[in-house]
Amino acid sequence: MTIEKLNEIKAARADIVRVRTIVAEEGEKLAKETQYRKQILVCGGTGCTSSGSMKILETLNAELKAQGIEDEILVVRTGCFGLCSLGPIVIVYPEGSFYAQATPEGVKRIVDEHLLKGEVCKDLLYKETVKDDGSIISLYETNFYKKQKRIALRNCGVIDPENIDEYIATEGYQALYKVLDSMTPDQVAQEVLDSGLRGRGGAGFPTGRKWMFTKDAPGDVKYVACNADEGDPGAFMDRSILEGDPHAIIEAMSIAAYTVGAQKGFVYVRAEYPVAVHRLQIAIDQAREYGLLGENIFGKGFNFDIEIRLGAGAFVCGEETALLTSIEGNRGEPRPRPPFPAVKGLFGKPTLLNNVETYANIAQIIRHGASWYNSIGTETSKGTKVFALGGKITNVGLVEIPMGTTLREIIEEIGGGIPNGKKFKAAQTGGPSGGCIPAEHIDTPIDYESLAKLGSMMGSGGLIVMDEDNCMVDVSKFYLEFTVDESCGKCTPCRIGTRKLHQLLEKITKGKATMADLDLIDDLANHMKSSSLCALGQSAPNPVLSTLHYFKDEYIAHIEGKCCPSGVCKDLLQYEIIEDKCKGCTLCARNCPAKAITGTVKQPHVIDQEKCIKCGVCMGNCKFGAIIKK
Amino acid sequence: MSEKNSVPFNSTPEQEKQLMEVIKKHHDQPGGLMPTLQEAQGIYGYLPIEVQSKIADGLGVSLSEVFGVATFYSQFSLTPKGKHKISVCLGTACYVKGSDKVLEAVEQKLGIKSGECTEDGMFSIDSCRCVGACGLAPVMLVDEDVYGKLTAKEVGKILDSYN
Repeated sequence: MTIEKLNEIKAARADIVRVRTIVAEEGEKLAKETQYRKQILVCGGTGCTSSGSMKILETLNAELKAQGIEDEILVVRTGCFGLCSLGPIVIVYPEGSFYAQATPEGVKRIVDEHLLKGEVCKDLLYKETVKDDGSIISLYETNFYKKQKRIALRNCGVIDPENIDEYIATEGYQALYKVLDSMTPDQVAQEVLDSGLRGRGGAGFPTGRKWMFTKDAPGDVKYVACNADEGDPGAFMDRSILEGDPHAIIEAMSIAAYTVGAQKGFVYVRAEYPVAVHRLQIAIDQAREYGLLGENIFGKGFNFDIEIRLGAGAFVCGEETALLTSIEGNRGEPRPRPPFPAVKGLFGKPTLLNNVETYANIAQIIRHGASWYNSIGTETSKGTKVFALGGKITNVGLVEIPMGTTLREIIEEIGGGIPNGKKFKAAQTGGPSGGCIPAEHIDTPIDYESLAKLGSMMGSGGLIVMDEDNCMVDVSKFYLEFTVDESCGKCTPCRIGTRKLHQLLEKITKGKATMADLDLIDDLANHMKSSSLCALGQSAPNPVLSTLHYFKDEYIAHIEGKCCPSGVCKDLLQYEIIEDKCKGCTLCARNCPAKAITGTVKQPHVIDQEKCIKCGVCMGNCKFGAIIKK
Repeated sequence: MSEKNSVPFNSTPEQEKQLMEVIKKHHDQPGGLMPTLQEAQGIYGYLPIEVQSKIADGLGVSLSEVFGVATFYSQFSLTPKGKHKISVCLGTACYVKGSDKVLEAVEQKLGIKSGECTEDGMFSIDSCRCVGACGLAPVMLVDEDVYGKLTAKEVGKILDSYN
């Protein structure tokens, strides 16, 4: 590969890709200059694939062929658009028409009416894109997209991740050429440091500093590694980047390898992400074919190649030393630090380890410069952060916001608020290592320091929204159950501590605890924080401590009032039939799996509390609202 | 190794040959034990002690080391799985939307608990932590098929379609 060849490939594809990123009017003009009058993008991320987007793609290709227009319409399978709850998503350019929850029948109509006759199928569009006067706005003008700033996700939902030419068309591999051609390793590390980029895996260590440590570590053999073991349940940022823009990671790892002096890289990725693994492998193969991985890259005497290693379902392997131990083929147990991986990492050699989202920023920092990047964000947290919005929120999906955006903006504007008229109770960030942010702090700007001050953490980017129906004691029990499962067992404070803490929470949710147990929790939590070997144990008490801090009244209600205010903890609630409302339709009795409901037809029924297993099936089935939970 | 393993281990010559090839491929690779176990599980569906033993011999490591790694990671199974593998997501996004109730419904329907396999070998149930399809929460997987936005009520019908 030479820079001339790279620019040639870019020029050949650039206009086609650009049609997808500009406003409709300009896009229409540009589309006429390309060979495709229309382009249809179908989301091929895990979310949309799960809701049937491959079937959509098949139907679409068959239909285009049947109409004989397959040469004038370009079909692109992209990575994640972000709005996963509306999947499968189909977008038609140059208009930018945003079709949500597409069905095979709907796709036939889109081909028939939109592509052939030029009439947009308004009833199939995402309803927010059709204004009251009937005019249509594009995807990028919706509330969900408007406040976002896409840097790490810039190509997700735009390019075909399985086609290296499309990545090259969006300036891909130009940053790698730039560093090999005109920058010294010192300059690259300095640029990354100056950008203010901090580790996006959660801890927020300055990335440039890590690069410098590894660069300066003595040794002939060094490694770069990418942490794609996204174990935080409810987080799928890294997966989406690998699925939507895998070359961005390859390019960034190559730049990192040049900087620190490595020739070999490893990507450690969860085996639960088959689509991501598949696309990354395709990307690696294509990069090798183009000479962008391998020997003497760009003729600059730089050699580098990447190997994928699959995880096997162990949360602790997201911890850096455990991850490296796992790549070495062992039980993924963490090691004490120091020595840090920068000095003694993989196979005992200096190793640079960054997470996927961190890498996704690198090429752009190199191309646009550190001062561009550090002009975004807050004083201490620069750039953007990707969050996986989940739980009780209308727009479940992936969002990228500038640091400093408030939680309220994310939840109410981008996320579209809480569905079913429920009240916002708390947002959980940082997963099993993080904490809850209650409603009174909803105006907190999102950055590393503000979140830490509230007893939570940035984490890798899971953001789970909870409403009034979620019990905070139950939620912290859920996280502890997780850490009990995932504690590797190497150190005692974590192995025994998580178990003990979980037992105490169980006692509370069963109504058997006393107020003294709360002091015990506090004491135990502090011991775990100070004496566990790795971050898993040190941070495992956070979900309990933060809910105990903000929702102490709920804990007290469980302990002293023997009731669960949100009606979640089974041992503390009862289902009852309101006599006046029951019509005796027998539906509940017929559906009760425990045969706990008795009564005669047209007479009020009764629940036998001894037999009731509190599954709630009766309440879900009752058409008269006669069954209550208290 | 005291796993309740009622199914005797069977290996066809074809499987044996594949296993030997896998072992050979990873023999000299640094950290090759994990990929070997992953591919071996792909061949047999699980990792019985007989297979672990062959891997230990083939790679020149101790059986205890192989067993240690095989039991550390949740993806490796020492017991056979059902013909259809059911996996209910208990990741946070699914949990707050009631996936525990979905799991309960599956357990009730099949009469086994999570981690177990039905007597006829048709179904096994596992819970998993986040498949990343949080937009569809709560989510259940049957083999490669994804069922999203589930309620406990729908479970019965879905499982019936696999019989």
